[in-house]
Amino acid sequence: MVAVSVSQRIASDDQLARLLQIGIVLEEVVEARAHHHYQSLDAELDEEIETLLADAAEESAEHRQRLESLIEGLGVDSVPFDEIESLVDARYGRTQPEDFDGILYDQLCNEETAYKFYDDLIEAIEESNAEFTIDRAELLDELRAIREDEAEGVSEVTEVMERR
Amino acid sequence: MNTADQYLKTIYVVQKQEDGPASTGSIADSLGVSPASANEMIGKLEERGLAEHEKYKGVRLTDDGIVRARDALQTYCIIERFLANVLAVEEFRDEARELEAVIDDTVAERLDTIIDRQPECPDCFDPETDACKCLDIAAAPVEPEQ
Repeated sequence: MVAVSVSQRIASDDQLARLLQIGIVLEEVVEARAHHHYQSLDAELDEEIETLLADAAEESAEHRQRLESLIEGLGVDSVPFDEIESLVDARYGRTQPEDFDGILYDQLCNEETAYKFYDDLIEAIEESNAEFTIDRAELLDELRAIREDEAEGVSEVTEVMERR
Repeated sequence: MNTADQYLKTIYVVQKQEDGPASTGSIADSLGVSPASANEMIGKLEERGLAEHEKYKGVRLTDDGIVRARDALQTYCIIERFLANVLAVEEFRDEARELEAVIDDTVAERLDTIIDRQPECPDCFDPETDACKCLDIAAAPVEPEQ
């Protein structure tokens, strides 16, 4: 066996589908947490944060649908949102941010994590010679577009944090 | 998880299993790499102060190496637990090994917010089964009795 590195790159449709499923779960976590944060804002609503969270939840839902279309092309089932939502519900109390700063910081982590995930996924696909059932160029275009949204999300949250 | 972290995690586990320095052969076997590749990476870990290599004995992690190895093992446990309990993957061990290189620590931390990991993690990792001892593999919901 000659292995230069232990890093394994994506070698099959199944592995790709699994990683896309993980992407869906990450988006679901972002969506559910943003929704929770949004609901936890009390009567003294902060319009700026409210809009930011609503946009983040909407964007995650849209990313989720785009990922679902990709894995549909691979003939694999998606991950049911209500199950993830109930997992987030069950565990949210333990990891809930305590104030606006905490909410913004959590949102920043969400966006940064999603960016890192797509960045690593794109790199792994670029380095792989595997033939996928779905078109590689379209797959990469879609993932790069989603990664770009996440990069914008990071800048938006950072701007709000810096202004406050 | 990067390659260095995969090595640190493996050395940590082998060291525990062998109750002493980890031999290069065991490390290479565990990772499925050639002894030459293993030696090369062990040299890099030594340069970074994360491991010490004793001739004819094997590799021992430094305190800094142990801290990083435990973090890496924890990340691996999160991936296994997430695959087994959230995505209900039967072959979660094999898949965790396949996917660990593509899953960054920050991503694992976010996945950790929806899994139920034990506070003793990663000490609950059992090298024999290559999985957490407390991992409830029969994750399917129990049907209520009629």
